[in-house]
Amino acid sequence: MPEALAPLPEHRAIPRMPALLALGVRLAPYPPGDMLLTRLARKILARNPGVLERLGSYRRSRFVLTASDVPVSFLLDLTRDLPAVSLHRDPPAGDARISGSLAVLIGLVHGVWDGDALFFSRDLTVEGDTSAVLALRNAIDDAELDLGQELATFAGPLSGLARRLIEGVERTTGVPLTRSGAVR
Amino acid sequence: MMELVCPAGTPASLRAAVDAGAHAIYCGFADDTNARNFPGLNFSRREMAEGIAYAHARGAKVLIAINTFPRAGEMELWHRAVSDAATLGADAAILADLGLIAHAAERHPSLRRHLSVQAAAANPDVINFYASAFDVKRVVLPRVLSVEEIATINRDIDVETEVFVFGGLCVMAEGRCSLSSYISGKSPNMNGVCSPASHVSYVEEGGDLAARLGGYTIHRTPAQAPAPYPTLCKGCFKVGARTGYVFEDPASLDASQLLPALSRAGVTALKIEGRQRSRAYVAQVVRNFRQAVEALAEGREVPVGALARLTEGQAATAGAYNKIWR
Repeated sequence: MPEALAPLPEHRAIPRMPALLALGVRLAPYPPGDMLLTRLARKILARNPGVLERLGSYRRSRFVLTASDVPVSFLLDLTRDLPAVSLHRDPPAGDARISGSLAVLIGLVHGVWDGDALFFSRDLTVEGDTSAVLALRNAIDDAELDLGQELATFAGPLSGLARRLIEGVERTTGVPLTRSGAVR
Repeated sequence: MMELVCPAGTPASLRAAVDAGAHAIYCGFADDTNARNFPGLNFSRREMAEGIAYAHARGAKVLIAINTFPRAGEMELWHRAVSDAATLGADAAILADLGLIAHAAERHPSLRRHLSVQAAAANPDVINFYASAFDVKRVVLPRVLSVEEIATINRDIDVETEVFVFGGLCVMAEGRCSLSSYISGKSPNMNGVCSPASHVSYVEEGGDLAARLGGYTIHRTPAQAPAPYPTLCKGCFKVGARTGYVFEDPASLDASQLLPALSRAGVTALKIEGRQRSRAYVAQVVRNFRQAVEALAEGREVPVGALARLTEGQAATAGAYNKIWR
């Protein structure tokens, strides 16, 4: 018998978002969430100008990301001069929508899973402008973002503590909340 | 050891391929000159220069695909791509068009020339012609040949051969397929896109996922069933009383278990398809195949890969390499 490839799992299993965490996201007040996520998006786009460059003609699009297991939708609105993110209970109108579990959406950003493979396995669905979806997927994949790290820096002098807290949640839930968690 | 030629659609993927053990990376400029001209994909000149520097510093080569067919009146775009590939220090240009190969041979003789799969060179006569007329050093063989046919070709030529071993599978003689043009007006040959995303839409219909290309439903996938790429050749149609895949089942190529046979057939390089895929795909597939070619070189049994989840339709085939239908 041929030997097996030891350290290379076929496919990192997609973790389920713990019910308590999902409930927390669902019940979180939207206005502060909108403000935090908008700040996060602006910071990321300012630090990674390549994302908008790769978006090309889609840099003025409205992208809807639906976390189907929570459920909550994020609207990334690039039509304004300053990008904005807002949370919605029901998916808002947009140019393109990407839906999957919250872990899938976060894991895609951190390069854990392949978007096409998630599409083949039906863990990810796309609607609307397919070109815009591809442009966003490729732009984000190239940027090698670390959402956990970016969020932690908001804690200022306590960013180290915030980072450890995020990593703790990551270890407990299996959801890849940081880029380094993507390779664990 | 057989050379592992790996895809990169972005600089991040290029670095992932190098870090995972690619011997060479193939990639393209962000325009119509390469056959993966997808939104958000490919390299600016600056990114290409940085990618080449990253690869060379780690002992890997960079091959630039300029493998679409130039349009009349717009030759400058393709000529500039060849010129920039030479200037940036690419290890080879992968070319398909006869005129562009002649141009490259005449104007940039020191730039190594590989013949793209898009040229569909599938017999010794045509390969020897490219070699003698334009000093082509390597030919990427079309995915319609059996291992026996590859061995026969290698016996009668003096140039290197490169074959696809993993990823998306075209059943057509590449560079000559017009299915995408027929339905969308755009093709991989002229525009670098097969079934362009701009013409694709997905709609949930009664629990099924309907894939539409150019407004026509070409596939309807039941809930929980694996989905294919929205290409016409993988479309599922009603013909008479039967419903099925008229051209090809949605499956990806996986020739990992044929590596010993391909090595015996005289193949120089193994190519992984997937410049449109993510850095996660690139890292995983390259790591698997690097282990496989190392095992083969050391006389060990080629390990069984574990890449099924990454394949289209979550199914794999050895394609034409095992041509059992003849």
